[in-house]
Amino acid sequence: MKDKKILQKIFLTSFFISAFTFGGGYVIVPLMKKKFSDELKWIDEPEMLDLIAIAQSAPGPIAVNASILVGYKVAKFWGTVASVLGTVLPPLITISIISFFYIMFKENTYAQLLLKGLQIGAAAVIADAVFSICSSSVKTSPVFSIIMILLAFIASFVLKINVIWIIPIAGLVGFLYDVAKKKISEKANLS
Amino acid sequence: MIYIQLFIAFFQVGLFSFGGGYAALPLIQEQTVEVHNWLTMQEYIDLVAISNMTPGPIAINASTFTGMKLGGILGAVCATAGCVAPSCIIVALLAILYYKYRNLDVSKGILFGLKPASAGLIASAGLSIAIGALFINSSAPTFSTFDIKSCIFFVICVTALRFKVDQIVVMSVSGISWLLMGLIFP
Repeated sequence: MKDKKILQKIFLTSFFISAFTFGGGYVIVPLMKKKFSDELKWIDEPEMLDLIAIAQSAPGPIAVNASILVGYKVAKFWGTVASVLGTVLPPLITISIISFFYIMFKENTYAQLLLKGLQIGAAAVIADAVFSICSSSVKTSPVFSIIMILLAFIASFVLKINVIWIIPIAGLVGFLYDVAKKKISEKANLS
Repeated sequence: MIYIQLFIAFFQVGLFSFGGGYAALPLIQEQTVEVHNWLTMQEYIDLVAISNMTPGPIAINASTFTGMKLGGILGAVCATAGCVAPSCIIVALLAILYYKYRNLDVSKGILFGLKPASAGLIASAGLSIAIGALFINSSAPTFSTFDIKSCIFFVICVTALRFKVDQIVVMSVSGISWLLMGLIFP
């Protein structure tokens, strides 16, 4: 019975975090930390920070990754099920309803005007995000980062290479570069 | 079987999007617009606009939107399940490694290459979205289809965002003023 209560609590907490957070992983993760670690004290802070690091290094939406880890930590398998459902259901419900209306109204002149204005706003939001992402990834190893940004951009936009090829290659290059850099600094330390 | 296709397509989106947020954009575009022709470029840009206005990860929003269009509620559930499945598997593996070794050095090196590449890919996806939003006929961006009015809107929006105006506010104002302008100067 107590188990059921915990599962319910996990589900409701992640449901509300997901339902009222705009702006994706970077906003939702600090909120999860605040709720699960600072308020409910289910996970101590250093471990929570490690869990967030794992969530960010795995592929997929960060909010989903973080909820998998938190759910598992608190109540094993069923905890994961409860937290993932709680995180996924709000957007699933919201977008289902919106896409129903979208299909009905997208030929409507007023809806088209509104959507066109939203599209321009969204293009601006992404342009702004691209600017921030590029400048933050250039901070560490600027030369390597700029080359990688340009190569990935050209491969995708100009050469139209499928993204699922670019991603693993970039991961491999990063791994090899990291290994080479460590080898070189080891040699420098020896001599 | 459309349900299996949706699951597989969004499984790839979940599997290859590193870094959260907009990292999923290039993959969503690839799968829904280019590989499968499930959405037109305009529908895809509408989806991105709607995603920015609603809570939830963009990959989940895209799965639900595409799934609903092609296969109703069941389609939405299959696409979303596909999108979440790789996370469940890989996060579990990483968590096991972490608790065993307390060290994620290998993934640090991999991420070192993925982060800038992902930035380049997002820039590429962002450029296609901007072309779709700022040209009248997005399939053939030429000088004559360039829409100066939307370009002015775009510059104002970017400036507002750079001055830390909330993105929901920027998008709402942009949408409503475009609608009002369309009503006043048809």
